[in-house]
Amino acid sequence: MSDLDNLVEQHIPRLRRYARALTGDRAAADDLVQDTLERALSRFHLWRRGSDLRAWLFTIMHNIFVNQARSRMRYPHEPLDEPAAAGLQYREPDWSELRDIGAALSRLPAEQRTVVLLVGLEQFTYEEAARVLEVPIGTVMSRLSRGRERMRALLGGDFRAAALKVVK
Amino acid sequence: MSRPIITEADLHAYLDGVLPAARLAEVEAYLAERPEEAVRLAAYREQIAALRREFDPVLDEPAPQQLRVPRLYWVRPLARYAAVVAWLMLGGVTGWQLHAYTEDQRAEATSWPRRAAIAHVVYSPEVRHPVEVGADQEAHLVTWLSKRLGASLKVPHLGELGYALVGGRLLPGDRGPVAQFMYQDGKGQRLTLYVRVNADDSRETAFRFAQENRVGVFYWLDRKLGYALSGEVERGELLRVATAVYRQLNP
Repeated sequence: MSDLDNLVEQHIPRLRRYARALTGDRAAADDLVQDTLERALSRFHLWRRGSDLRAWLFTIMHNIFVNQARSRMRYPHEPLDEPAAAGLQYREPDWSELRDIGAALSRLPAEQRTVVLLVGLEQFTYEEAARVLEVPIGTVMSRLSRGRERMRALLGGDFRAAALKVVK
Repeated sequence: MSRPIITEADLHAYLDGVLPAARLAEVEAYLAERPEEAVRLAAYREQIAALRREFDPVLDEPAPQQLRVPRLYWVRPLARYAAVVAWLMLGGVTGWQLHAYTEDQRAEATSWPRRAAIAHVVYSPEVRHPVEVGADQEAHLVTWLSKRLGASLKVPHLGELGYALVGGRLLPGDRGPVAQFMYQDGKGQRLTLYVRVNADDSRETAFRFAQENRVGVFYWLDRKLGYALSGEVERGELLRVATAVYRQLNP
Protein backbone atom coordinates (compact mmCIF):
# COMPACT_ATOMS: atom_id res chain seq x y z
CA MET A 1 0.00 0.00 0.00
CA SER A 2 2.07 2.94 1.15
CA ASP A 3 5.76 3.33 1.89
CA LEU A 4 4.86 3.37 5.53
CA ASP A 5 3.17 -0.02 5.45
CA ASN A 6 6.09 -1.52 3.54
CA LEU A 7 8.57 -0.01 5.94
CA VAL A 8 6.82 -1.47 8.95
CA GLU A 9 5.87 -4.72 7.27
CA GLN A 10 9.43 -5.86 6.77
CA HIS A 11 9.89 -5.95 10.53
CA ILE A 12 6.89 -8.18 11.19
CA PRO A 13 8.74 -11.53 11.04
CA ARG A 14 11.24 -10.45 13.67
CA LEU A 15 8.56 -8.90 15.86
CA ARG A 16 6.72 -12.21 15.69
CA ARG A 17 9.81 -14.23 16.52
CA TYR A 18 10.54 -12.10 19.56
CA ALA A 19 6.92 -12.06 20.69
CA ARG A 20 6.67 -15.83 20.39
CA ALA A 21 9.75 -16.36 22.52
CA LEU A 22 8.64 -13.69 24.97
CA THR A 23 5.11 -14.99 25.53
CA GLY A 24 5.61 -18.68 24.78
CA ASP A 25 2.26 -18.73 23.02
CA ARG A 26 1.39 -18.30 19.37
CA ALA A 27 -1.93 -16.54 19.80
CA ALA A 28 -0.71 -14.24 22.56
CA ALA A 29 2.35 -13.43 20.46
CA ASP A 30 0.34 -12.50 17.40
CA ASP A 31 -1.98 -10.36 19.52
CA LEU A 32 1.06 -8.59 20.87
CA VAL A 33 2.40 -7.99 17.37
CA GLN A 34 -0.97 -6.72 16.19
CA ASP A 35 -1.23 -4.31 19.11
CA THR A 36 2.30 -3.15 18.41
CA LEU A 37 1.58 -2.48 14.75
CA GLU A 38 -1.59 -0.58 15.49
CA ARG A 39 0.05 1.58 18.09
CA ALA A 40 3.04 2.17 15.86
CA LEU A 41 0.88 3.31 12.96
CA SER A 42 -1.23 5.60 15.09
CA ARG A 43 1.94 7.17 16.47
CA PHE A 44 4.00 7.08 13.32
CA HIS A 45 4.20 10.86 13.29
CA LEU A 46 6.21 10.58 16.52
CA TRP A 47 8.86 8.42 14.89
CA ARG A 48 11.84 10.44 13.76
CA ARG A 49 12.62 9.49 10.19
CA GLY A 50 16.15 8.22 9.90
CA SER A 51 16.20 6.81 13.41
CA ASP A 52 16.18 3.04 13.90
CA LEU A 53 12.67 1.84 13.07
CA ARG A 54 13.30 -1.68 14.36
CA ALA A 55 14.38 -0.40 17.77
CA TRP A 56 11.37 1.92 17.87
CA LEU A 57 8.97 -0.94 17.10
CA PHE A 58 10.57 -3.18 19.70
CA THR A 59 10.31 -0.39 22.25
CA ILE A 60 6.59 -0.08 21.55
CA MET A 61 6.19 -3.83 21.84
CA HIS A 62 8.08 -3.89 25.10
CA ASN A 63 5.87 -1.19 26.59
CA ILE A 64 2.70 -2.99 25.56
CA PHE A 65 4.08 -6.26 26.90
CA VAL A 66 4.88 -4.72 30.26
CA ASN A 67 1.48 -3.04 30.48
CA GLN A 68 -0.40 -6.17 29.56
CA ALA A 69 1.84 -8.60 31.36
CA ARG A 70 -0.28 -9.11 34.40
CA SER A 71 -3.47 -9.85 32.55
CA ARG A 72 -2.14 -11.76 29.59
CA MET A 73 0.71 -13.61 31.16
CA ARG A 74 1.13 -17.20 30.13
CA TYR A 75 3.66 -17.73 32.88
CA PRO A 76 1.72 -16.82 35.98
CA HIS A 77 4.45 -17.51 38.49
CA GLU A 78 6.89 -14.91 37.28
CA PRO A 79 7.31 -11.62 39.09
CA LEU A 80 7.41 -8.54 36.87
CA ASP A 81 9.94 -6.82 39.01
CA GLU A 82 12.31 -9.24 40.50
CA PRO A 83 11.92 -8.98 44.25
CA ALA A 84 15.05 -8.28 46.21
CA ALA A 85 14.60 -11.53 48.05
CA ALA A 86 13.96 -13.62 44.96
CA GLY A 87 16.52 -16.15 46.07
CA LEU A 88 14.47 -16.93 49.13
CA GLN A 89 11.59 -18.06 47.01
CA TYR A 90 13.54 -20.47 44.90
CA ARG A 91 11.64 -23.62 44.20
CA GLU A 92 13.12 -26.76 42.83
CA PRO A 93 12.02 -26.78 39.21
CA ASP A 94 9.93 -29.62 37.97
CA TRP A 95 12.57 -31.14 35.72
CA SER A 96 10.06 -33.14 33.79
CA GLU A 97 8.63 -29.83 32.54
CA LEU A 98 11.90 -28.68 31.11
CA ARG A 99 11.65 -30.42 27.83
CA ASP A 100 13.10 -27.58 25.86
CA ILE A 101 14.57 -24.13 25.79
CA GLY A 102 11.10 -22.55 25.68
CA ALA A 103 10.16 -24.06 29.01
CA ALA A 104 13.38 -22.85 30.59
CA LEU A 105 12.80 -19.42 29.12
CA SER A 106 9.34 -19.30 30.61
CA ARG A 107 10.86 -19.65 34.05
CA LEU A 108 12.94 -16.53 33.78
CA PRO A 109 11.59 -13.31 35.26
CA ALA A 110 10.31 -11.16 32.39
CA GLU A 111 13.02 -8.58 32.88
CA GLN A 112 15.73 -11.20 32.37
CA ARG A 113 13.90 -12.93 29.57
CA THR A 114 13.60 -9.71 27.55
CA VAL A 115 17.34 -9.07 27.76
CA VAL A 116 18.33 -12.66 27.00
CA LEU A 117 16.08 -12.58 23.93
CA LEU A 118 16.93 -9.13 22.65
CA VAL A 119 20.65 -9.84 22.82
CA GLY A 120 20.79 -13.56 22.06
CA LEU A 121 17.91 -14.03 19.62
CA GLU A 122 17.41 -10.60 18.11
CA GLN A 123 21.08 -9.61 18.13
CA PHE A 124 20.56 -6.17 19.55
CA THR A 125 23.71 -4.54 20.86
CA TYR A 126 23.75 -3.87 24.59
CA GLU A 127 23.22 -0.16 23.90
CA GLU A 128 20.22 -0.85 21.67
CA ALA A 129 18.72 -3.23 24.23
CA ALA A 130 19.16 -0.56 26.91
CA ARG A 131 17.28 1.95 24.74
CA VAL A 132 14.47 -0.48 23.93
CA LEU A 133 14.01 -1.39 27.59
CA GLU A 134 14.66 2.15 28.79
CA VAL A 135 17.14 1.06 31.43
CA PRO A 136 20.84 1.85 31.93
CA ILE A 137 23.32 -0.36 30.14
CA GLY A 138 24.65 -1.65 33.46
CA THR A 139 21.19 -2.99 34.20
CA VAL A 140 21.15 -4.75 30.83
CA MET A 141 24.48 -6.39 31.64
CA SER A 142 23.44 -7.59 35.07
CA ARG A 143 20.10 -8.95 33.80
CA LEU A 144 21.87 -10.68 30.94
CA SER A 145 24.34 -12.28 33.29
CA ARG A 146 21.70 -13.41 35.75
CA GLY A 147 19.33 -14.57 33.02
CA ARG A 148 21.90 -16.67 31.22
CA GLU A 149 23.09 -18.22 34.45
CA ARG A 150 19.56 -19.03 35.52
CA MET A 151 18.86 -20.62 32.16
CA ARG A 152 21.99 -22.69 32.56
CA ALA A 153 20.82 -23.91 35.94
CA LEU A 154 17.36 -24.67 34.56
CA LEU A 155 18.75 -26.60 31.65
CA GLY A 156 20.87 -28.72 33.90
CA GLY A 157 24.06 -26.77 33.86
CA ASP A 158 25.80 -28.87 31.28
CA PHE A 159 25.47 -27.66 27.73
CA ARG A 160 25.48 -31.24 26.43
CA ALA A 161 22.61 -32.11 28.73
CA ALA A 162 20.83 -28.95 27.60
CA ALA A 163 21.36 -29.88 23.97
CA LEU A 164 19.95 -33.32 24.58
CA LYS A 165 16.84 -31.88 26.14
CA VAL A 166 16.31 -29.62 23.16
CA VAL A 167 16.06 -32.61 20.84
CA LYS A 168 12.53 -33.79 21.11
CA MET B 1 53.21 -10.31 36.32
CA SER B 2 49.96 -8.37 36.36
CA ARG B 3 47.05 -9.86 34.51
CA PRO B 4 44.31 -7.84 32.86
CA ILE B 5 41.07 -7.90 34.80
CA ILE B 6 38.36 -9.81 32.99
CA THR B 7 34.87 -8.88 34.10
CA GLU B 8 31.60 -10.74 33.73
CA ALA B 9 30.60 -8.13 31.14
CA ASP B 10 33.75 -8.92 29.16
CA LEU B 11 32.81 -12.59 29.04
CA HIS B 12 29.35 -11.80 27.68
CA ALA B 13 30.80 -9.34 25.20
CA TYR B 14 33.18 -12.08 24.06
CA LEU B 15 30.28 -14.48 23.68
CA ASP B 16 28.17 -11.93 21.80
CA GLY B 17 31.00 -10.98 19.49
CA VAL B 18 31.22 -7.36 20.59
CA LEU B 19 34.49 -7.46 22.48
CA PRO B 20 37.11 -5.22 20.87
CA ALA B 21 39.49 -7.34 18.81
CA ALA B 22 42.41 -6.11 20.87
CA ARG B 23 41.01 -7.81 23.95
CA LEU B 24 40.14 -11.18 22.45
CA ALA B 25 43.50 -12.67 23.35
CA GLU B 26 43.14 -11.56 26.96
CA VAL B 27 39.80 -13.29 27.34
CA GLU B 28 40.97 -16.39 25.58
CA ALA B 29 44.01 -16.63 27.84
CA TYR B 30 41.73 -16.18 30.84
CA LEU B 31 39.42 -18.97 29.70
CA ALA B 32 42.30 -21.28 28.90
CA GLU B 33 43.28 -21.19 32.55
CA ARG B 34 39.75 -21.62 33.87
CA PRO B 35 38.04 -24.62 32.35
CA GLU B 36 34.94 -24.16 34.51
CA GLU B 37 34.47 -20.68 33.04
CA ALA B 38 34.99 -22.04 29.55
CA VAL B 39 32.32 -24.66 30.19
CA ARG B 40 29.97 -21.98 31.49
CA LEU B 41 30.43 -19.89 28.36
CA ALA B 42 29.95 -22.95 26.19
CA ALA B 43 26.63 -23.54 27.94
CA TYR B 44 25.62 -19.95 27.21
CA ARG B 45 26.63 -20.38 23.58
CA GLU B 46 24.50 -23.48 23.37
CA GLN B 47 21.58 -21.57 24.92
CA ILE B 48 21.77 -18.98 22.17
CA ALA B 49 21.97 -21.67 19.49
CA ALA B 50 18.97 -23.43 21.06
CA LEU B 51 16.99 -20.16 21.04
CA ARG B 52 17.73 -19.77 17.34
CA ARG B 53 16.76 -23.36 16.58
CA GLU B 54 13.55 -23.01 18.51
CA PHE B 55 12.37 -19.60 17.32
CA ASP B 56 13.99 -18.89 13.95
CA PRO B 57 11.34 -20.99 12.19
CA VAL B 58 8.81 -18.30 13.23
CA LEU B 59 10.51 -16.00 10.71
CA ASP B 60 9.38 -18.23 7.87
CA GLU B 61 5.87 -18.92 9.07
CA PRO B 62 3.29 -17.17 6.94
CA ALA B 63 1.93 -14.26 8.91
CA PRO B 64 -1.75 -14.42 9.78
CA GLN B 65 -3.82 -12.33 7.38
CA GLN B 66 -4.50 -9.58 9.86
CA LEU B 67 -0.80 -9.03 10.42
CA ARG B 68 0.10 -8.66 6.77
CA VAL B 69 -1.27 -5.21 6.22
CA PRO B 70 -1.09 -3.19 9.39
CA ARG B 71 -4.35 -1.42 9.75
CA LEU B 72 -5.54 1.65 11.47
CA TYR B 73 -9.09 1.99 12.48
CA TRP B 74 -11.21 1.00 9.50
CA VAL B 75 -14.89 1.57 9.81
CA ARG B 76 -16.68 -1.49 8.49
CA PRO B 77 -19.47 -0.84 5.97
CA LEU B 78 -22.30 -1.84 8.29
CA ALA B 79 -20.88 0.14 11.18
CA ARG B 80 -20.38 3.06 8.83
CA TYR B 81 -24.00 2.96 7.79
CA ALA B 82 -25.10 2.81 11.41
CA ALA B 83 -22.77 5.68 12.23
CA VAL B 84 -24.27 7.86 9.51
CA VAL B 85 -27.77 7.13 10.77
CA ALA B 86 -26.66 7.89 14.31
CA TRP B 87 -25.15 11.14 13.17
CA LEU B 88 -28.30 12.20 11.38
CA MET B 89 -30.33 11.38 14.48
CA LEU B 90 -28.00 13.35 16.69
CA GLY B 91 -28.18 16.26 14.30
CA GLY B 92 -31.95 16.31 14.56
CA VAL B 93 -33.51 18.00 17.54
CA THR B 94 -35.56 14.95 18.48
CA GLY B 95 -32.60 12.62 18.43
CA TRP B 96 -30.60 15.05 20.49
CA GLN B 97 -33.23 15.26 23.20
CA LEU B 98 -33.72 11.52 23.35
CA HIS B 99 -30.12 10.87 24.17
CA ALA B 100 -28.83 10.83 27.68
CA TYR B 101 -26.37 13.56 28.46
CA THR B 102 -23.35 11.27 28.79
CA GLU B 103 -24.17 9.67 25.49
CA ASP B 104 -24.21 13.10 23.93
CA GLN B 105 -20.72 13.66 25.14
CA ARG B 106 -19.46 10.34 23.90
CA ALA B 107 -21.09 10.87 20.54
CA GLU B 108 -19.64 14.34 20.41
CA ALA B 109 -16.14 12.95 20.74
CA THR B 110 -16.61 10.88 17.59
CA SER B 111 -18.91 13.14 15.60
CA TRP B 112 -16.66 16.09 15.02
CA PRO B 113 -14.42 14.27 12.51
CA ARG B 114 -17.63 13.42 10.70
CA ARG B 115 -18.49 17.10 10.60
CA ALA B 116 -15.05 17.69 9.15
CA ALA B 117 -15.71 15.08 6.45
CA ILE B 118 -19.04 16.66 5.60
CA ALA B 119 -17.50 20.12 5.44
CA HIS B 120 -14.91 18.66 3.11
CA VAL B 121 -17.57 17.20 0.84
CA VAL B 122 -19.52 20.46 0.80
CA TYR B 123 -16.70 22.88 0.04
CA SER B 124 -13.98 20.99 -1.80
CA PRO B 125 -15.91 20.71 -5.10
CA GLU B 126 -16.54 24.49 -5.16
CA VAL B 127 -15.07 26.00 -8.27
CA ARG B 128 -15.70 29.71 -7.80
CA HIS B 129 -15.94 30.03 -4.02
CA PRO B 130 -13.95 27.26 -2.35
CA VAL B 131 -12.74 29.63 0.37
CA GLU B 132 -13.75 32.91 1.92
CA VAL B 133 -10.25 34.33 2.21
CA GLY B 134 -7.60 33.28 -0.31
CA ALA B 135 -4.00 32.32 0.23
CA ASP B 136 -2.93 35.71 -1.12
CA GLN B 137 -4.21 37.18 2.16
CA GLU B 138 -2.77 34.48 4.38
CA ALA B 139 -1.79 36.80 7.24
CA HIS B 140 -5.27 38.27 7.37
CA LEU B 141 -6.82 34.80 7.17
CA VAL B 142 -4.84 33.57 10.16
CA THR B 143 -5.51 36.66 12.26
CA TRP B 144 -9.20 36.59 11.49
CA LEU B 145 -9.72 32.88 12.21
CA SER B 146 -7.54 32.99 15.34
CA LYS B 147 -9.66 35.82 16.65
CA ARG B 148 -12.94 34.05 15.91
CA LEU B 149 -11.82 30.73 17.43
CA GLY B 150 -10.18 32.44 20.39
CA ALA B 151 -6.96 30.48 19.84
CA SER B 152 -3.71 31.15 18.10
CA LEU B 153 -3.85 29.24 14.82
CA LYS B 154 -1.02 28.32 12.50
CA VAL B 155 -1.40 27.35 8.87
CA PRO B 156 0.81 24.45 7.81
CA HIS B 157 2.63 24.83 4.51
CA LEU B 158 2.50 21.67 2.46
CA GLY B 159 4.26 22.82 -0.68
CA GLU B 160 6.95 20.19 -0.27
CA LEU B 161 4.29 17.52 -0.45
CA GLY B 162 2.78 19.11 -3.55
CA TYR B 163 -0.17 20.83 -1.90
CA ALA B 164 -0.58 24.59 -2.10
CA LEU B 165 -2.79 26.56 0.27
CA VAL B 166 -5.98 27.72 -1.43
CA GLY B 167 -7.27 29.65 1.58
CA GLY B 168 -9.71 29.17 4.42
CA ARG B 169 -13.13 29.82 5.77
CA LEU B 170 -15.07 30.08 8.99
CA LEU B 171 -17.70 27.42 9.69
CA PRO B 172 -20.25 26.82 12.41
CA GLY B 173 -19.19 23.88 14.58
CA ASP B 174 -21.18 21.99 17.17
CA ARG B 175 -19.83 24.22 19.92
CA GLY B 176 -18.79 27.38 18.17
CA PRO B 177 -16.72 28.65 15.28
CA VAL B 178 -14.48 26.25 13.39
CA ALA B 179 -11.78 26.95 10.82
CA GLN B 180 -11.29 25.11 7.56
CA PHE B 181 -8.13 25.44 5.50
CA MET B 182 -8.07 24.11 1.96
CA TYR B 183 -5.13 22.78 -0.03
CA GLN B 184 -4.86 21.69 -3.62
CA ASP B 185 -2.30 19.74 -5.61
CA GLY B 186 -1.31 20.22 -9.26
CA LYS B 187 -4.11 17.95 -10.45
CA GLY B 188 -6.79 19.79 -8.53
CA GLN B 189 -7.03 17.16 -5.76
CA ARG B 190 -8.13 18.97 -2.62
CA LEU B 191 -7.50 18.31 1.06
CA THR B 192 -9.08 20.23 3.92
CA LEU B 193 -7.79 20.77 7.42
CA TYR B 194 -10.56 21.34 9.94
CA VAL B 195 -9.53 23.00 13.19
CA ARG B 196 -11.72 23.36 16.22
CA VAL B 197 -11.32 24.28 19.87
CA ASN B 198 -11.47 21.29 22.24
CA ALA B 199 -13.72 21.16 25.26
CA ASP B 200 -10.76 20.30 27.49
CA ASP B 201 -7.07 20.90 27.30
CA SER B 202 -6.19 17.41 26.13
CA ARG B 203 -3.25 15.89 24.42
CA GLU B 204 -4.10 12.65 22.74
CA THR B 205 -1.29 12.49 20.24
CA ALA B 206 -2.46 9.29 18.58
CA PHE B 207 -3.89 9.73 15.12
CA ARG B 208 -7.27 8.22 14.50
CA PHE B 209 -8.77 7.40 11.18
CA ALA B 210 -12.36 7.46 10.04
CA GLN B 211 -13.94 7.02 6.66
CA GLU B 212 -17.10 8.63 5.38
CA ASN B 213 -17.92 7.13 2.02
CA ARG B 214 -14.90 8.07 -0.09
CA VAL B 215 -13.58 10.69 2.28
CA GLY B 216 -10.84 9.58 4.64
CA VAL B 217 -10.18 11.61 7.80
CA PHE B 218 -7.16 11.56 10.04
CA TYR B 219 -7.85 13.40 13.28
CA TRP B 220 -6.08 14.09 16.51
CA LEU B 221 -6.17 16.35 19.53
CA ASP B 222 -3.33 18.61 20.45
CA ARG B 223 -3.84 20.55 23.64
CA LYS B 224 -6.42 23.23 22.99
CA LEU B 225 -7.14 22.34 19.39
CA GLY B 226 -8.54 19.39 17.51
CA TYR B 227 -7.43 18.77 13.93
CA ALA B 228 -9.03 16.70 11.19
CA LEU B 229 -7.45 16.31 7.77
CA SER B 230 -9.90 15.12 5.13
CA GLY B 231 -9.45 14.05 1.54
CA GLU B 232 -10.51 11.59 -1.10
CA VAL B 233 -7.02 10.21 -1.43
CA GLU B 234 -5.38 6.93 -0.59
CA ARG B 235 -4.97 6.38 3.14
CA GLY B 236 -1.16 6.25 3.02
CA GLU B 237 -1.04 9.57 1.18
CA LEU B 238 -3.40 11.18 3.67
CA LEU B 239 -1.30 9.89 6.56
CA ARG B 240 1.83 11.30 4.93
CA VAL B 241 0.22 14.74 4.81
CA ALA B 242 -1.25 14.43 8.32
CA THR B 243 2.20 13.56 9.64
CA ALA B 244 3.66 16.64 7.96
CA VAL B 245 0.92 18.83 9.40
CA TYR B 246 1.50 17.45 12.88
CA ARG B 247 5.23 18.05 12.62
CA GLN B 248 4.84 21.61 11.44
CA LEU B 249 2.51 22.37 14.31
CA ASN B 250 4.87 20.68 16.81
CA PRO B 251 8.35 21.62 15.61
